[in-house]
Amino acid sequence: MSISVPLKRRVLLVDGGSDAVDAARMQLVSALLERGHDVSCVRAERVVAGIEPPGQPVMIVGRFGGDAPVAPSPDVQFLDLDCVDPSSVLSAMEAAGNGPASDSAKPWKPWFPVIDYSRCTNCMQCLSFCLFDVYGVSADSKIQVQNQSNCKTDCPACSRVCPEVAIMFPKYRHGPINGDEVAAEDVRREAMKVDISALLGGDIYALLRDRSAKAKSRFSKERDDERALKERQNCLIALQRDLDVPAEVLAALPSADEIRLKSEAARARARQATENLLHWPAHRL
Amino acid sequence: MATPPRILYCHCAYARVVPPEVKTAVLERLGASQVELDAVPDLCEMAARGDARLRELASGAPLRIAACYPRAVRWLFAAAGAQLTEGTAQVFNMRTGSPEEIVEGLLRPCQTADATPPPSERKT
Repeated sequence: MSISVPLKRRVLLVDGGSDAVDAARMQLVSALLERGHDVSCVRAERVVAGIEPPGQPVMIVGRFGGDAPVAPSPDVQFLDLDCVDPSSVLSAMEAAGNGPASDSAKPWKPWFPVIDYSRCTNCMQCLSFCLFDVYGVSADSKIQVQNQSNCKTDCPACSRVCPEVAIMFPKYRHGPINGDEVAAEDVRREAMKVDISALLGGDIYALLRDRSAKAKSRFSKERDDERALKERQNCLIALQRDLDVPAEVLAALPSADEIRLKSEAARARARQATENLLHWPAHRL
Repeated sequence: MATPPRILYCHCAYARVVPPEVKTAVLERLGASQVELDAVPDLCEMAARGDARLRELASGAPLRIAACYPRAVRWLFAAAGAQLTEGTAQVFNMRTGSPEEIVEGLLRPCQTADATPPPSERKT
């Protein structure tokens, strides 16, 4: 499954062959890219010879001496730089009905996990861990990223629980989560983290719930609400620090009961997928 | 005659992880060279959309990509069902490389493409 975004008008910027246009050309390319348009810089002879069917609406921008070719279909528009100043191309495009690609809403920051299948062992820890149904299982029981737009922006937590360092967030600050090469030290650190998690009795949410329960228990015994609150805060701070979870994501976490239900359901799906894979005919693997 | 490599430039428009001065310098140098290129706002967004152009780009002529970490780029393409062919696709990392070495790699004639790559470049 992939996200659905309205198709934007692609721009073909035809080589002007003039210093004046060339100087402004890349500024225009940059401005168009910032607004979400694909831009292809092509030579004039390509346009004369005929542009291949674009497959999406296209605006052909170039110098046509005031005599731009006739558009073969409504999906193709021409903008003549001999009639429009390069600095006015964006407004001319918008005037021609090609509004800003991102409209008035803030564009979605494409933040979602990318799986390095050369490292992934299909252990399903990410599926069990993610509370937002980003992950799913393919028809042949392989882990997949299925709901990219469910992912919480700037939260790389699932990559932190991956024992194989197989999950990347290309827009993350640091390696190897950003896609930088994985060093042996990274793998050792992740393995250690998994061991600690196992020693602590299972997944991180179980840990969170247990600590929360202990805090509640102490609260009931000692009637010390400040201590209970502090315990919970410490737990959240540790979770946030260790997994680099943004505070907004922690604030948006479902209730403890909902977390339990979701993680049980995810674990069941992961178990089922693993069992399916074990029984999958070898020739299909 | 060898097919000239296709150049793909990713602007990483929706995040600030690629230094803006590197993006600007790479674009300016490519513009000055008057080379044909495909520039896209954001490869991540294309991958999330499962954009068919990624498959078209991956299956065509030799491809040189100015974007970010090669491992990320390779698996972004794969996420959209596009496999970058080993040996014919080269990724130049604008997060770590200088504009000079990136553009030099992008524009290098095909005959010398197998020369020792700079640190920011990996063949997929």
